[in-house]
Amino acid sequence: MASENLTASSYIQHHLQNLTFGQHPDGSWGIAHGAEEAAAMGFWAIHLDTMLFSIGLGILFLWLFRKAALKVSTDTPSGMQNFVEMMVEFVDTSVKETFHGKNKVIAPLALTIFVWVFLMNLMDLVPVDFLPHIASMLGVPYFRVVPTTDLNATLGMSLSVFILIVYYSIKVKGISGFVGELTLQPFGKWMIPFNFLLEGVGLIAKPVSLALRLFGNLYAGELIFILIAILPWGIQWALSVPWAIFHILVIVLQAFIFMMLTIVYLSMAHEDH
Amino acid sequence: MNINLTLIGQAISFAVFVWFCMKYVWPPVIAALDERSKKIADGLEAANRASRDLELAQEKATQTLRESKEQAAEIIEQANKRANQIVDEAKEQAIAEGQRLRDAAQAEIEQDVMRAKEALRAQVSALALTGAEKILGASVDEKAHSEIVEQLAKEL
Repeated sequence: MASENLTASSYIQHHLQNLTFGQHPDGSWGIAHGAEEAAAMGFWAIHLDTMLFSIGLGILFLWLFRKAALKVSTDTPSGMQNFVEMMVEFVDTSVKETFHGKNKVIAPLALTIFVWVFLMNLMDLVPVDFLPHIASMLGVPYFRVVPTTDLNATLGMSLSVFILIVYYSIKVKGISGFVGELTLQPFGKWMIPFNFLLEGVGLIAKPVSLALRLFGNLYAGELIFILIAILPWGIQWALSVPWAIFHILVIVLQAFIFMMLTIVYLSMAHEDH
Repeated sequence: MNINLTLIGQAISFAVFVWFCMKYVWPPVIAALDERSKKIADGLEAANRASRDLELAQEKATQTLRESKEQAAEIIEQANKRANQIVDEAKEQAIAEGQRLRDAAQAEIEQDVMRAKEALRAQVSALALTGAEKILGASVDEKAHSEIVEQLAKEL
């Protein structure tokens, strides 16, 4: 809550504004104040809050899991090792059920996606004003704590997955196989432009849908939390508690869907038609 | 909602996280899981084997017991047979020995009788001679009459 006289729409807009660092049109570097300034910075600007939380949560995930992995033993597991083993086993089963080839990347990739996305989504359950308020007291004007409500974050991941899809398609089928897959079906070689249009759209739709699904769900969830936060404080709990409980399901489900679809897309990339 | 450099930053951090996970998190955990499942499988197999071994051992034990019982019965039977045989042999031997002893005693008795007869005969002949000397009053020429005396003695 940066200013004293707050209207509902400015409150919402403020909450949906990332802490953007970049070059102002006049040439000076700094934090963007407001959506117009952030938009004016163009591509060469960075969301510091998104980066901070996503990298922080990623490091938290790896630190926890690495700590458990170092102490891992074949005796009766306990505590953290139990949890880590459960996660690893769950991801491993999911991968093995869907993907039948040999690939050392997919399972750790799926684990990273699942846990990382889950942790980023989990930030949604922190009360919407809590961290931004602390940040504003420290002099930071904008602070969005849920990285997955930033399209950059979800698109960054889904584009990485897209690169992997293309990489493995070419690695497994060869360039000619991959190009053939894009152009020679479903209608044979006399319809190459049409085939390419269809298959190209299908290919591009994978990362885009992956990113937008996660982004859309979390953005909507966040927005509803913000809307609830506008209500008089006495009745907020009556709406925010059920929504938060429902949201627990959503955040796990979205993390799982992102992971599962990544596995499915990559296993499709490994299959020869 | 701007697409900007954050996108690339996210992609890079994602790649680094995946790399780290692949290198330092996944392998030890999955290795431990595999090893544990192998351990469990081994344990189950060992238990199976042990129970099978136990079953075999029990079977073998009962078989051995049965065999030894049979053997024992056989041995007892043989021993009984042998004992009977020994008793029979002993009886026969005793009978034969008795017979032999009786025969020997008989022979000795006969010999004694002969010897006594012989002695008696000699004494009778001497007595007869003395008697005859006394009756005739003259000495009988032993040489001349020895033939007669001998004949006499034989007749006795």
